[in-house]
Amino acid sequence: MKRREFVRKSIGAGVTAGALAGFGSLGRLIAGPLPQESEWDVVAVRGGEPEIMFDRGIQSMGGMRAFVKRGQSVVIKPNIGWDVIPEKAADTNPNLVKHIVKRCLEAGAKEVYVLDHTCDDWSKCYRSSGIEKAARDAGAKVVPAHSESYFQTVTIPGGKILKSTKEHETILNADVFINVPILKHHSSTHISCCMKNLMGNVWDRGYWHRNNLHQCIADFATYRKPHLNVVDAYNVLKRNGPRGVSLQDVVHMKAMVLSANIVAADAAATRFFGSEPSDILYIRHAHEMGLGNMNLEELNINRITV
Amino acid sequence: MKYTILKKIRVGVALVFLLLISLFFLDFRVEVPEELINTTLYLQFVPSLMKFLTTLSLASAGFFIILLLTALFGRVYCSAICPLGILQDVFIRISNFFKKRKKQWNRYTRPYNVLRYSVLGLTALALILGSTLLLTLLDPYSNFGRIFTYLFKPVVAGINNAVAGLLIHLNLYFLYRVDLYPVQAGLLAIPGVVLVIVFLMSVTRGRLFCNTICPVGALLGIMSRYSLFRIRIEPLDCTRCSLCEKACKAECIDYKAGVIDHSRCVACFNCINICREGAVKFDLVRPVKTPAVAEAKPAMAVDGSKRKFIIGSMAWLFGLAGAGMAQDTPRPTKKSTVPEPRNHPVCPPGSSGFTVFNKTCTACSLCVSICPTGVLQPSFLEYGLVGLLQPRMDYHAGFCNFECIKCTEICPNGALLPLKLEEKKLTQLGIAHFIKENCIVHTEKTDCGACSEHCPTKAVHMVPYEGSLVIPDVDDTICIGCGACEYACPTVPYKAIFVDGNPLHLKAEPPAEEEKAKIELEDDFPF
Repeated sequence: MKRREFVRKSIGAGVTAGALAGFGSLGRLIAGPLPQESEWDVVAVRGGEPEIMFDRGIQSMGGMRAFVKRGQSVVIKPNIGWDVIPEKAADTNPNLVKHIVKRCLEAGAKEVYVLDHTCDDWSKCYRSSGIEKAARDAGAKVVPAHSESYFQTVTIPGGKILKSTKEHETILNADVFINVPILKHHSSTHISCCMKNLMGNVWDRGYWHRNNLHQCIADFATYRKPHLNVVDAYNVLKRNGPRGVSLQDVVHMKAMVLSANIVAADAAATRFFGSEPSDILYIRHAHEMGLGNMNLEELNINRITV
Repeated sequence: MKYTILKKIRVGVALVFLLLISLFFLDFRVEVPEELINTTLYLQFVPSLMKFLTTLSLASAGFFIILLLTALFGRVYCSAICPLGILQDVFIRISNFFKKRKKQWNRYTRPYNVLRYSVLGLTALALILGSTLLLTLLDPYSNFGRIFTYLFKPVVAGINNAVAGLLIHLNLYFLYRVDLYPVQAGLLAIPGVVLVIVFLMSVTRGRLFCNTICPVGALLGIMSRYSLFRIRIEPLDCTRCSLCEKACKAECIDYKAGVIDHSRCVACFNCINICREGAVKFDLVRPVKTPAVAEAKPAMAVDGSKRKFIIGSMAWLFGLAGAGMAQDTPRPTKKSTVPEPRNHPVCPPGSSGFTVFNKTCTACSLCVSICPTGVLQPSFLEYGLVGLLQPRMDYHAGFCNFECIKCTEICPNGALLPLKLEEKKLTQLGIAHFIKENCIVHTEKTDCGACSEHCPTKAVHMVPYEGSLVIPDVDDTICIGCGACEYACPTVPYKAIFVDGNPLHLKAEPPAEEEKAKIELEDDFPF
């Protein structure tokens, strides 16, 4: 698919799906039409199993059908970066991925794809994380992302430093893009969540690291806006991230954040982690670039306790 | 005739070995179980001998079984078990399709005794002096492994990738692309030249390679001369039709004289099957004559007369080895970053360090082929000439997966010995060194931390730097030298963090036990 076609497609899908619901006032200026469906910018859920928290959260955002229309193709991007067991909370919870796949198919999705450009050996990550099996069991296609040939060059007009990159073709071609990061500590960006998870969409992460990592993370968020962000904060890696050293590093938080806006989702998740969104440089950059509002006080937040 | 079954058995066994061993080296998806690999390779002569020399355990006595088999039946190893031998039979078979009948015929030739026993003697002597270089270059199994790993596997992977690329359009993902890390052209030349030599020798002169160059062939030949069962021509039944000589790919049957050179006979049994009279037999030889003393002498004499030359060439080899070590430091470029001051290459886990490893490995490259991350790459002069082609950890190609012990489980030479996963996680292959002058955080004043991200033990951790920036710091005691930091480091051309190998592997401390992390807010919302 050509970039233009893709942009047209994703904006179209985004608008109809109410995907821009979470934009703050700055975001609205550049994003155009107002959201139709959800009255909430952010939905935060606490106290249940991942499946239940997701169901309650998505329900308050107008249900899965607000995001996935019949016959659409969906790509789900969890964090599968590391060859570790799910208990170590370095990869997204496999049960959550499985459940979202299931809900997408129930909503009428033609095809659901799951992928990540991993850091450790990809086949081991896919296996150890439990995501490969979970997603397949639910009916998704698990797509490899370990070879440059799966990626296509895209330009990023809104980027300050990151002007072009190579993105996975399956994400480029999908109608709906659902970002499902796990909230965790990160040794250099402090927190890894929604925007940081999109580093797994691209081929050359080294470029980002060489050229002002925080700015590149924010830059890429101008280009690739997920229609829905689902933050897995069921188990949270509190230190030694993003890979973790021992199970002692993990807390059982039982939380989830859902939002169509990536900055708002990251801001809310950052608070769950115990930090201030404005202290996280890439969140601040994205906020200042008008990609969303990190000031949670100005956002319409639905708090659900399961 | 009852003897004709022998060839069928030989071909059957040979096909099983050839297909299995080929599969091990071509298995780019790393799906063959270790047990199958270890069982199949148990009988490979040189690997088994090397393993026996390192472990001194009967569990690696496959070579002893081969010696026993040879003492009983002659060089059945060369025809049914050695993959390079079988590969030559495949070449011969294929080339015969394109040859006129007369061109397919073989003719008795005299043995090249000086050559083959010199090669054997030199190889053995080098081994005793601690250099596996000659054995590496001459061992048939290792050569087979390298031909398949470096020449055939890329072709298979290429076909896989083409098909996988087509299947994507059909929305099918059961095949996926495999990008092999490119091996230096200079290194490819070695298996390339061997392949050409083996191919040309086999299609023109049958098993000439096995009877002149291969040290295993020469060694087993000494034994097969006196094996209990031998091919013989029954003079009463023989009509002197010459078919047996023509069918003999070892060129060891002199039909006119009715004599067979059993030191070169590879027990392929082609002669038995081609004989219309059933005059070629394979049976128990009663010891009548005693040629042992007379025939063994020339071999001894060759060794003796060449001693000076051998010692001279060994000295030359080791001399070059030293030069190789010193060559590794690149020059700074315009980018004015600091070259990594590397002292030692990093040797794979299970090797206990290159001082031991270099003496045991014959560079069959099975570990290179099977490594899921591709971090194992053949060396050029990183170990010195003594370690030519032996695998090393190349942290530009990949890094050692924390949870993986695959290479230690399949090494047929015992150059890599099995490590439990928990042991491997504490085996220090080398130590990461940080070069601040190259680091993005220092030069660009922006966050990076790719090294620390990838570190499985957090030996590489981030400490406060200027302002809110954090910069890497290495804890030597818990670093295991896996190279994740070096691989991930984005600086070019020189890395800001690199692993310097430990000549002998050490034991790292386990990461310090920390208290259970705490949740800020148990069950409320922080906004």
